[in-house]
Amino acid sequence: MAELTMMRRSPLAALARDLMDNAVTGERNVRVSEWRFTTMVSLRVDPTSAAADALEGVLGTTLPRSSGEVTSHGQHSVLWLGPDEWLVVSQMSADALVPALQECVAGAHAAVVDVSANRTVLELRGASALAVLQKGCPLDLHPRAFGPGQAVSTTLARIPLVLWQVGPDSYRLLPRASFAEYVARWLLDASLEFASTFRDGGRSE
Amino acid sequence: MMLLTCPWCGPRDETEYHYGGQAHVAYPENPSDLSDEEWAEYLFFRDNPKGPFAERWSHSAGCRRWFNVVRDTATYEVLEVYTNADPRPVVGSPAGGSR
Ligand SMILES: [Zn+2]
Repeated sequence: MAELTMMRRSPLAALARDLMDNAVTGERNVRVSEWRFTTMVSLRVDPTSAAADALEGVLGTTLPRSSGEVTSHGQHSVLWLGPDEWLVVSQMSADALVPALQECVAGAHAAVVDVSANRTVLELRGASALAVLQKGCPLDLHPRAFGPGQAVSTTLARIPLVLWQVGPDSYRLLPRASFAEYVARWLLDASLEFASTFRDGGRSE
Repeated sequence: MMLLTCPWCGPRDETEYHYGGQAHVAYPENPSDLSDEEWAEYLFFRDNPKGPFAERWSHSAGCRRWFNVVRDTATYEVLEVYTNADPRPVVGSPAGGSR
């Protein structure tokens, strides 16, 4: 696989320069970047089954049981996608992780699939990150309703994606690879106004 | 804009869902026994009430699960939300109520 790994291109490789050049600095800063080639594994399993127990053993953490919940251990985070569906996002190589997880569900009514190429990860970070997302997401992103450590499937600018808040001013967006460029360009456009030095008479946001 | 409460994800915007038509339309036990007219009835004929209507919805941009909603077609009020495993609610019963 090594030679194939060297040939691969991330969905936003062609935009890397634009993402850097269009970072907004200053008080209302916001920037977009891509986390390339993140390992992602889809799990479909009955959470009460022995196979689920075995998966939890390998991951070192429980499969989250409710919408929005994320569990983490070491290099792995597990995102709830549905009552019998999860997405493992990991810093470990897929070559190492996927066979170990597949072994857990051998013979069971369950599925473990390497979906690393299905989505890419965009990171949106900065004081204006929330304001940018609020322009195109139907979800209530106010801190009283959504906060760090939560991830949900929703839409941004009509594109289905997983939105994962990791810090007060920091989000990860996981769109399908074919939508990634549109999402990135939409984010750059939505960020543009915060680069302006124009102030609206001190009115707070 | 309508807010629907997914049984698994909670309240989400209408745009995250897809509509699936009338609920509780059972697949015929023996389709081959049906006359053309009965088969057409099953495939194409649906109720069209003014008032409470049990219908299927899919949370397509969220958890991708199908569930049922009783919605008033005149006021758009969502009267009940229930999963396929839940019994069909009696609309207007004190146990139900509006959401
Ligand atoms: Zn849902």
